[in-house]
Amino acid sequence: MAVKIRELPEEELVYGSFACAGCGGILAVRLALKVLGPRTVVVTTPSCLLGVTTFYPQLAFKVPCVNVTFPSTAAAAGGVAVGLKRRGREDVHVLAVAGDGGTVDIGLQALSGAVERGHRFIFLCYDNEAYMNTGVQRSGSTPRGARTTTTPVGLRGRGEDRPKKDMMRIVAAHDIPYAATASIGYPQDYLRKIQKAAQTQGPAYLHVLAPCPPGWGYPGHLTVHLARLAVQTGQWPLAEYEKGRLTQKKIDNPRPVEEYWSIQARFTHLLS
Amino acid sequence: MREYINGNEAVARAVRLARVDVVAAYPITPQSPVVEEIAAQIASGELDAEYIRVESEHAALAACYGAAVTGMRVFTATSSQGLAYMFEMLHYVSGSRVPVVMAVANRGLAAPWTIWADHQDSIVCRDTGWIQLYVETAQEALDTCLQAYRIAEHPEVLTPVMVCLDGYVLSHTEEVVEIPAQEAVDTFLPPYKPQRVVEPERPLVFGVGAGPDLYPAFKQAQQEAMDRAREVICRVDEEFYRIFGRRHGGLVDPYRCRDAEIVLVTLGATTGTAREVADRLRQEGIKVGVLRLRALRPFPAEEVRRALAGCRVVAVLDRNCSFGYEGAVCTEVKAALLGLKEPPAVVGFILGLGGQDIRQADIEDIFRRCLAAGSGAVHQVAAAQSR
Repeated sequence: MAVKIRELPEEELVYGSFACAGCGGILAVRLALKVLGPRTVVVTTPSCLLGVTTFYPQLAFKVPCVNVTFPSTAAAAGGVAVGLKRRGREDVHVLAVAGDGGTVDIGLQALSGAVERGHRFIFLCYDNEAYMNTGVQRSGSTPRGARTTTTPVGLRGRGEDRPKKDMMRIVAAHDIPYAATASIGYPQDYLRKIQKAAQTQGPAYLHVLAPCPPGWGYPGHLTVHLARLAVQTGQWPLAEYEKGRLTQKKIDNPRPVEEYWSIQARFTHLLS
Repeated sequence: MREYINGNEAVARAVRLARVDVVAAYPITPQSPVVEEIAAQIASGELDAEYIRVESEHAALAACYGAAVTGMRVFTATSSQGLAYMFEMLHYVSGSRVPVVMAVANRGLAAPWTIWADHQDSIVCRDTGWIQLYVETAQEALDTCLQAYRIAEHPEVLTPVMVCLDGYVLSHTEEVVEIPAQEAVDTFLPPYKPQRVVEPERPLVFGVGAGPDLYPAFKQAQQEAMDRAREVICRVDEEFYRIFGRRHGGLVDPYRCRDAEIVLVTLGATTGTAREVADRLRQEGIKVGVLRLRALRPFPAEEVRRALAGCRVVAVLDRNCSFGYEGAVCTEVKAALLGLKEPPAVVGFILGLGGQDIRQADIEDIFRRCLAAGSGAVHQVAAAQSR
């Protein structure tokens, strides 16, 4: 049963946020909520998302939202899932949302614990490839070569010098029932994966690429374009892990990576 | 029914009697037997609860928070490094006004590495917005855990409660404990009826952000809730007494203070030793008393002032140190006495760090040193006692 974009509900479940124009993160959450529907609880953590949606009194979520400490998204989501189950509310989806820092760095231990315990929840990592909320510092998810405020480019610095942490292999090592990467540039694929995650009995992990105009250094109208280019240039594999098998969408005739790099300030030094 | 059990087991009995829904905890010495016992109660079917076997203390409190906002009655327990690891979450729970109850088997903080008792671990959490109650016996640990839910869940309070019991001295020492009947506990502590829970039909945000214009109002509300908690703690203790025939002093537990010349202020299990010494010195005609603080937060300043106003010297026994100043309780007591017309001298003693035994001889030494101090001769002295 495929999700059709045309058939998505009109109703917005996150609306009126302070997100920047062209924010990939808020789009990822907005689309996820359209699939999951109003019977969803969002559990989130200090991040751009929290900053732009839950500052009292301008609260942007039309679903319940539970904010918790930076390292604890998955731990709190586990508590919410256990509580809802005990109250007989297994009809409610628990959607844990964190950025890349809150997932691959400070949130990794809690995520590992919650996945291993098998709580029924969806963990959505919106990956903008650095700590954007604090001003573009590198995270474990920053790609090699990217310029950030803590991996500057200069006489000795050439941007991030380590590869991006491979979260899919990490969650797969937990034998998670379902995991996938996605890109907001391919909404049909993303929405299908959200629906699969929602139907999973147990933990599901979604890692979605969410371009960030100020952090990556590009005009906001290019967000979807970049989210597509990342896939087309082989920089962002669309992968799925299910029943112990990792599959990856093959890109025929990948486009040159320069096309992707050249329109982002964070990579321009690689081309000069 | 009476049982010969230790403080940890007493806490676990209270968790069962309180019909806790969700427990999330991580093992640490000397708290571990609490969680083992809870796990056993769940496995045997005595306790119908979910036990979330978390990967850290930080996650323990985060999971408790998550479960509590769905309307669950939750419990956790920890000690020392575990409590320190929770530090960030402590503020989130109190600031979000989530009524978590946590037992702390008090233990010193490394380094040097130690597993033995002092109060440093919970004292450093004094300003986290949690109610802190320090108990003297395993019986009081059980009773106070039950009372803690009434206090924490009170709509005028909605503040988490730490029940602090000295590691080993209480956590691992057996005593005869009266186990209340379930029916009586059900009367005293009805099911948790939260006013606000996570439910899609009524979407709310828990743990909002607040700018400089609104943040202070949230903090003011916490402070006012703490102020109201003073009365609630006393009322709950009285109500407990009416049902179970035991009470523990509410906020403070004074002993022979009324006509005392010297009063020793204590927290926790050392109080029993101090009372015995006080009795012996009384037989010699030396007028001494003991004031146990049951609540450290909210601080019972009025009760402390009343209990100590007539004496000449106040000795404060601290099983903690605020490095660079003095024992934390000593500072609190001094502040409470400010403004009295003829305030007693206050002398601080730091004793029993990292499990160092506090013997009768040590307490007697404190009393005699204070006795030797002539009226007005000793003022505001903090003396770190070592052997």
